[in-house]
Amino acid sequence: MFFTYLRRELRRRIRQATFIALGLAVGIGLVITVTAASSGVKSAEGSVLKNLYGVGTDATVTKNPTAGSFAAGRPSNFNLKSGSTVKIDTLTATRSLGSLDDSAVTTISKLKGVAAASGALTADSVNTTFKIPKFSGGNGGSGAGGAPSGGTGGFSGPGSFNSGNTVSVDGVDLASSAQALGPLSNGTLKSGRTLKSSDASSDVAVIDSSYAKSASLKVGSTVTIASTKFTVVGIVSVSASDSSADVYVPLARAQALSKSTGKVNTIYVAADSATDIAAVQKEITKAVSGATVTTSSDLASEVTGSLSSASSLANNLGKWLAIAVLIAAFLLASLLTMSAVSRRVREFGTLKALGWRSRRVIGQVMGESVTVGVIGGLVGVALGFAGAAIVSAIAPALSASVGQTTGSATPGGARQFSGGSGGFTPPGGGLSRAPTGTSGGSVLVHLTASVTVDAVVLAVVLALAGGLIAGTFGGWRAARLRPAAALARVE
Amino acid sequence: MYKLTNVRKDYPKGRSVVHALAGVDAVIEDGEWLAIQGPTGHGKTTLLQMLGGLDRPTSGTVEFDGQDLGAMRESEVTRVRATSIGFIFQTFNLIPTLSAQENVEVALAPLGIGSAERRARAAAALESVRLEERARHLPGELSGGQQQRVAIARALVKEPKVLLADEPTGNLDEGTRDDIMGLLEKLWRQHGLTLIVVTHDSSVARQAQRIGIMRKGRLTIKQDTRPGVS
Repeated sequence: MFFTYLRRELRRRIRQATFIALGLAVGIGLVITVTAASSGVKSAEGSVLKNLYGVGTDATVTKNPTAGSFAAGRPSNFNLKSGSTVKIDTLTATRSLGSLDDSAVTTISKLKGVAAASGALTADSVNTTFKIPKFSGGNGGSGAGGAPSGGTGGFSGPGSFNSGNTVSVDGVDLASSAQALGPLSNGTLKSGRTLKSSDASSDVAVIDSSYAKSASLKVGSTVTIASTKFTVVGIVSVSASDSSADVYVPLARAQALSKSTGKVNTIYVAADSATDIAAVQKEITKAVSGATVTTSSDLASEVTGSLSSASSLANNLGKWLAIAVLIAAFLLASLLTMSAVSRRVREFGTLKALGWRSRRVIGQVMGESVTVGVIGGLVGVALGFAGAAIVSAIAPALSASVGQTTGSATPGGARQFSGGSGGFTPPGGGLSRAPTGTSGGSVLVHLTASVTVDAVVLAVVLALAGGLIAGTFGGWRAARLRPAAALARVE
Repeated sequence: MYKLTNVRKDYPKGRSVVHALAGVDAVIEDGEWLAIQGPTGHGKTTLLQMLGGLDRPTSGTVEFDGQDLGAMRESEVTRVRATSIGFIFQTFNLIPTLSAQENVEVALAPLGIGSAERRARAAAALESVRLEERARHLPGELSGGQQQRVAIARALVKEPKVLLADEPTGNLDEGTRDDIMGLLEKLWRQHGLTLIVVTHDSSVARQAQRIGIMRKGRLTIKQDTRPGVS
């Protein structure tokens, strides 16, 4: 009886039921599409941050550079005689970051809420030669008793400068507890193997796939860093390779070659849980004097560009638009259901006169509303999937830039990605890492909107809520009807 | 059996109060056929609603089989309506989206009867009002007389003790009126019902055993208008 009555009643009010269902469907479809797009934006943000941060890293610890942070790394074989050839083959810790003692890694790893910590040394290997032009000495200037006059003399003869080879090098902590973190954690092994604990004091290296391609290197080849030959044991691909190093070597070897024994310049930290990150940040700041602790949320706040705009659009306009449409749909459904109950006063009065309890009448009204809600929900889910598919099909490209901020502790220094020109310059006058592997050096992320199970569950809950809200109002009105008054009413 | 004692019903109307029932006293025996007549607005329908437990008196008691309907909980009154009282309305009050058969079944829904038995009893009730061939028709596809017959079947399908009819022939032509009244009389006799009919139509009222006249909220019952009927 319940279902027969429900079906017939909905068929009688097919236009109104369709209208209510479509209203709910549009609202729910919007919620799903916006949720999917928002999730896509978050995923894109995550992708950008992951590239900068490394998988599993919740915070990085760095220090602002100070004079004498690291050994100057000046080559010792400088011969400044005119006409001589100078050869530079050094590994120097990047000057954009200050040095931290190795012990800080241990200190941090023992802090409450810290799951693991890993030190790394970001350095640059320079291998170049230049020839000092001949210098002919002249007369010295005179200055006594009158206006000073400059002396004579100058450079003559051909000088030359070989731009040589600049390679970015990351020293990787190979302690077993630190392996999941650090510069290599974000890489995908393409061939060979990655570095392992037993390599700690060996001259072995893993190189970036883009660098391998440009330098025609493969597993088994050798790369020379600070006059030391390293055997390539693996090739990795690190997405958004703007921020990746060319060569990864054991931390101890990088420290030795850059004369930075016992020093690191970035500490990667993993927290026990996401909720601990803020507390961990405070703990580290207290425990390591002068340290700058950057969390992924700090970094996220520095992300600008169309990705940031899309995030803002999805989180603000999209969310509120979906909520507004949903509220409008709920109101519409409630009003139309109450209006339908008003038109059926005599019908419900008759049912009560026949011995139907109020709750049976309410159940009938709510059943009709929930059915409309569920139909609206199903159509809404379909609309949501369609909306998400359209977003994914269009796949708008979003650019992301991490703003250059003083003291930023982004691993490897604050980084700036700029579309087109391809510049990537750590602040503080350090050596530039030329972008490799990405077109133009910009970080472009294509927005994909995938509907999650959570979103579908949310849609079903919203649909039921819409139906229940409308049904509650309608049922409440029906329940308040006195059968005598209902029957006395002339339609 | 009904026993009404000083039943009053007041309705607020603006700033004044309408005394729809101004102290009704009456006893209606089981199996009796009572017609209630009177001018419009003098309390006929209000009295019928009190008898049917659709409304509660402002004061006084409406006893049905020894139980005061006005003092019972709503769920209990609803139960009495579902099991013991059948209603017939002037405007038939059929559910427009349900077929004749389903409209009759609606009266059995509160009794928790299984669908097979429900269908069988509804079909039998329709047969008793000679509408078995129209069982699948919607109310809109039936004439006024046929709709009222469906309403009678709906009222009788639960085998009530009392049948309350409010102007059952008010919307019917003369021929159909006689047909419906003939049917009601037959069923009244067959089922031993207590039949209470509110009507303006004197020819309908004359068929009852007794006629009550409602004037200004008071009921005066004439005794045994049809001595031959018993």
